[in-house]
Amino acid sequence: MTTNLRNAVLVAGAIAAVAGCAGTGSSPEQSAAWDREAQEVMARSFRDQGIATVDRLKQDEVMAACSTHGQHIDDELRERIQAAAQADIKWPSDGNYLGDWKEGEKLAQSGRGMTWSDKADAPNGGNCYNCHRITKKEISYGTIGPSLYQYGKLHGNTETTQKYVWGKIWNPNAYTACTNMPRFGAHGILDEKQIRHLVALLLDPKSPVNAE
Amino acid sequence: MKGSRYAVCLATSALALMLPATPAGADETAEGIARYREALADGNPAELWEMQGEELWRTARGPKNGTLEKCDLGQGPGVVKGAFVGLPRYFADTGRVQDLESRLLTCMETLQGIPADEVAKTPFGKGEQKNIEALVAWISAESRGMKFNVPMQHPEERRMYEIGKRVFNYRSGPHDFGCVTCHGEDGKRIRLQDLPNLTKSADAARGFGAWPAYRVSSGELWSMQRRLNDCFRQQRFPYPLYGSEVTVALSTYLGVTANGAGESTAPAIKR
Ligand code: HEC
Ligand code: HEC
Repeated sequence: MTTNLRNAVLVAGAIAAVAGCAGTGSSPEQSAAWDREAQEVMARSFRDQGIATVDRLKQDEVMAACSTHGQHIDDELRERIQAAAQADIKWPSDGNYLGDWKEGEKLAQSGRGMTWSDKADAPNGGNCYNCHRITKKEISYGTIGPSLYQYGKLHGNTETTQKYVWGKIWNPNAYTACTNMPRFGAHGILDEKQIRHLVALLLDPKSPVNAE
Repeated sequence: MKGSRYAVCLATSALALMLPATPAGADETAEGIARYREALADGNPAELWEMQGEELWRTARGPKNGTLEKCDLGQGPGVVKGAFVGLPRYFADTGRVQDLESRLLTCMETLQGIPADEVAKTPFGKGEQKNIEALVAWISAESRGMKFNVPMQHPEERRMYEIGKRVFNYRSGPHDFGCVTCHGEDGKRIRLQDLPNLTKSADAARGFGAWPAYRVSSGELWSMQRRLNDCFRQQRFPYPLYGSEVTVALSTYLGVTANGAGESTAPAIKR
């Protein structure tokens, strides 16, 4: 999958089938023509700004498939995306999944990183609270993802859970193809050390996620 | 004066709202939201932009020393009432589908001799862009309470709608985000900010039909182009060109989706 990622091709017929949802009787040829034109329009409508360069418009296979099908992908494609993502996960080099939950909380709070107003050398945040409830105290949380409050208490701080949470943060498509959650490890948004801190935030019994 | 009253009540409510909801701040946040609601009832400072916009429309400016009074926003030259809820639409003179802002660029260029390219390159909130903000505030206010009626008869309008729908669903960049990630489901939030489901008409009318809007957090009036620009930023996408086809296509998709649902509230007041 990483190879596909790196050799990403520009969309290539990817945004097809979205048209199928419209249902207002357009022929497959017409629909394919609009797919192509959408790509051309995208290519003409953006410019680089800071670190956000136009090559970000290129899609890999996963983005293309998920743009086209959303959550309605068929079983075969789902299996393929999940298997490739699973194979793509880089496990911790020293076999240690748990870092410092306090650092994890800071990362979960930070929504910084990767926009055109961010600097290239500024550390990226995890954005986690944008989408998840995590601790009891923090009431400013989003709901795009499920609540992770008491995650360790509910699932246990076992090696199986640690591995799952690590893999989920590395590449969530390994478990849920076309999820709305970013591929933090696979896309180099967060590094090993940061992911360890986040696993600790969710699983360490002393973390406010589980202790409060 | 009216303006200073706004300034005072907004300064307090903006401050309260920008406080992060820290553990101890939970009550303050609720209080801040209550105060913000009060400010809403008190009046919307967008009125100041509306007044300027109306004046600008009638003021002779630019190398041609012309006014905008003959500008055709789709309902005939000079007709402003109801124009906003019928945009974007196809214009025969330019051969393109245009949203309110790209259409204003055309009128400024043809009637006043102000080069569209230069206005498009001006940063938001500066120079001619400030004038555009005033104009869109007034023009949208003239459609307040009306339902969206964005046309789809012309093949170009249909084409832009279809392209807009594809752009809306297009996911890429470091976070795999598309508009659909944040605006594709009912009742979602980012932190405490409600996210309209822009694929459904009621939410699209409420969300699309609120902009241009006065933003309490920055004390500025944001046009729809600027709203989309900031969403693309949050999406980790590159920079959309002002008035570009992508932005017009998205507005066509959102506007058509909003058709017939709620009433336009623009220029609304927002966080
Ligand atoms: C843009 C939204 C978004 C962001 C940002 C996000 N997530 Fe998620 N997350 C989701 C969604 C949606 C799901 C549910 C679908 C799935 O399992 O992929 C999810 C699922 C999860 C799960 C699995 C829950 C379970 O019970 O199986 C974990 C663990 C998780 N997220 C952790 C995190 C962490 C840690 C971060 C920050 C580094 C984060 N998420 C950031 C959207 C997001
Ligand atoms: C990563 C999240 C994210 C993405 C991606 C995103 N938006 Fe938004 N959008 C928001 C948030 C948060 C708001 C709430 C307003 C604010 O920022 O104060 C918003 C507000 C809006 C509004 C105004 C709604 C209202 O009720 O006032 C519109 C219209 C909109 N977005 C359209 C889009 C479009 C079109 C795209 C794709 C080009 C997009 N958004 C992508 C997060 C996002």
